[in-house]
Amino acid sequence: MRVERVISDENDSFPVGMRVLAVDDDPTCLLLLETLLTKCKYNVTTTSQAITALKMLRENKNKFDLVISDVHMPDMDGFKLLELVGLEMDLPVIMLSANGDTKLVMKGITHGACDYLLKPVRIEELQNIWQHVIRRKKFDRKDRNGSGSQDKPYIDSSEAAGLGNVDQNGKFNKKWKDQNEDEDEERDENGHDNEDLSTQKKPRVVWSVELHRKFVAAVNQLGIEKAVPKKILKLMNVENLTRENDASHLQALFLNLTDLVTALPEKNQLCGKPASQYGGAAALGSVDSTHLQMGTMNGLGNFHTLAGPDQIHNAAFRSFQHSGVLRRLNTPAGVGISGLPSSGLVQLSPVQNLGNTSTNQSKLQSFVNPGNHNANILQGMPMSLEFDQLQNNRAASHVGQFPSVDNATVLPVSSISGSLIDAGCSNSPLLGVTSNSLLLEGSSQLPTLHASNLRDSVSGFPNRSTLSDFTSIAPASNQLHGSKADIQDQAFPISCNAGKIISSAPQDWNAPKKDAPYLSNVPSCSINSLRAVNGDMAQLGQCLDQNNPIFNRNVGFDFVDPLSIKCSEGENLAMEPSVIEKEGYLMVQPSRQGSYIPDNEGENFAMEPSVIEKEGYLIVQPRRQGSYNPGNLGSLEDLASAMTKQDHDKGKPTDGDFGYNDYSLRTCI
Amino acid sequence: MERNPIRRQLAIMRQSLFDQGHVDEQFVQLEELQDDANPNFVEEVVTLYYRDSARIILNIEQALERKPFDFRKLDAYMHQFKGSSSSIGAKKVKAESTLFRECCKSGNGEGCMRSFQQLKKEYATLRKKLGAYFQ
Repeated sequence: MRVERVISDENDSFPVGMRVLAVDDDPTCLLLLETLLTKCKYNVTTTSQAITALKMLRENKNKFDLVISDVHMPDMDGFKLLELVGLEMDLPVIMLSANGDTKLVMKGITHGACDYLLKPVRIEELQNIWQHVIRRKKFDRKDRNGSGSQDKPYIDSSEAAGLGNVDQNGKFNKKWKDQNEDEDEERDENGHDNEDLSTQKKPRVVWSVELHRKFVAAVNQLGIEKAVPKKILKLMNVENLTRENDASHLQALFLNLTDLVTALPEKNQLCGKPASQYGGAAALGSVDSTHLQMGTMNGLGNFHTLAGPDQIHNAAFRSFQHSGVLRRLNTPAGVGISGLPSSGLVQLSPVQNLGNTSTNQSKLQSFVNPGNHNANILQGMPMSLEFDQLQNNRAASHVGQFPSVDNATVLPVSSISGSLIDAGCSNSPLLGVTSNSLLLEGSSQLPTLHASNLRDSVSGFPNRSTLSDFTSIAPASNQLHGSKADIQDQAFPISCNAGKIISSAPQDWNAPKKDAPYLSNVPSCSINSLRAVNGDMAQLGQCLDQNNPIFNRNVGFDFVDPLSIKCSEGENLAMEPSVIEKEGYLMVQPSRQGSYIPDNEGENFAMEPSVIEKEGYLIVQPRRQGSYNPGNLGSLEDLASAMTKQDHDKGKPTDGDFGYNDYSLRTCI
Repeated sequence: MERNPIRRQLAIMRQSLFDQGHVDEQFVQLEELQDDANPNFVEEVVTLYYRDSARIILNIEQALERKPFDFRKLDAYMHQFKGSSSSIGAKKVKAESTLFRECCKSGNGEGCMRSFQQLKKEYATLRKKLGAYFQ
């Protein structure tokens, strides 16, 4: 919408007349900036207060094309403004600062800035900023068109144009790119996904905080099991919102979770896709435990395979996270898977079977096929929760790969999640919606992951842990989300969803946070993947695997460990608490630090950005990062229960957050 | 005519600003932005700078009177100051503020004090020179 409009308006003379909003508390710099921008023939509006800037932006979202903001401001932190703008208005934001510290620049990128300029700013630098607007537009458009098609576009232009609301724009884009490519391939193979998504040309829905809250509330109200996009839509009672929006949002949420976990810049890329594409349903809510069982595990399977490419994992996780957020981890089963595809590992051909889950799942399927690299991971996705077998290493790797989505297969999921995340998670910038989108996509794929696939894939995962618990994964997945582990979340959803995903929608994968049931699958996967990847995606992969075939395996939680395992060492899967400690990745801890906790309140997504923000790792660990003890993983079971209860999310923090993993996971598989 | 000597003098003054390292290329950028639409741009910016930075300097002075030093705050002020100084191309002032920040980071109170004194000196010198230049 906006994009179209802008483009048409400025078609001819663009970038002349591009409307820029400049925010800086230093009057000297502001005046200088204004003059420079005017010299570049832009249309400049200035303000020295961030609050005023926000007000202006909120009044009319289409009044500006680009925002340039200083980092250090007295009334509001520049990064905060950046987040809000990205979330609410989805505009490209450029950060400005006298301080060029790498950490700060990184922070800017992770919060979604499309560029970071140093003061004193020179006119040459300003002359090119219009490219960010074009990029974003392009991406948006692509997103809307459908997840399927989107993947590609993103890749092309990416560069971090700010894929969607991804915080981690740049990185995410890249990742997404890879994943997309993979995904695309997958998708095409799958068939269904693309069609569904690509034909959708919906205007982008920006998930404002209120909208997101409504969404979460609706999900909560419906219950994880029942939170299908359609119903959510009804409950939300918002105009211009379609089921797909909901679905993708759900997925995105999951993705966010995952994103947080993975914190991989790449992840963002995954999310690029708007959740809407995924039809949300899959991602969101279908996370029922049934999903888990359903073949959606395929998605999981993907995970495993995905484990290979770290990227994928992240991506996948990301997306899953979103879904997780919704609590519906299950549904995003696809989500989880999406993460995987990237790893290409997932050979999951079966993934395509996702069929179970809704459209999303189909996505996952495509997702699942990442098969590319890490192939060792899940090549066949032995979904059968062989997660245990999956050695963490593998899983981790897979998972990690997930986000990386080299194979693009994974991407679908991640993208979904990405979108979801972004969309949903207004709270956490991490949501990296972009990842959501990916996740979602992936998630769809996940479902298809046949159990067999999962199995293979799962094996790929270091699953050692709990993949078996996957079934309970759903809860686990929620747990996965725990904190930081963005990926984790994502992974989680996958794992949890594994069960769910399969059945529901890939989205769940991400949503591990939310849906406990989802978690189980996802978590295991995600967890593992999360870790592995960096992005935990690997874990997701694992989780996914588990989920799918096994769903029953609570493995999900095991995954959680894997996630925490961060250490791609694969050993994690076993959800070792220590694993989680890694960088706070959480992994599946239901209580998540902020991460994904499939909170009942539906606000989970908001999952405490703090948690997730930990380096982007959304480790679902609700509580402690280090403590990940397998107990947490065991939470898969918990997750499962959580799913049903929806309370899980919160409660999960208990040690056992993932507690499932111990037993649940095993059983699943 | 009289213009020539004045112009020449201006040119000399300007050159010395650069030679003595008071200003750097950023200043040139400012000059380039000055045109018919904006005839006094450079002067405007510099005036604005002095007004705003005077406030920051005051803040820093006050902060330095409170012991123990709140380095974080001092650093924040200086960061701000550095930002605007670099925007107008005040080279020496900027360099001094970098030093000051480093002292803050290492918790060197003495160093901060000294650096600040030096900075104030440079700041005053620049102000004088620029004032004369614009006149």
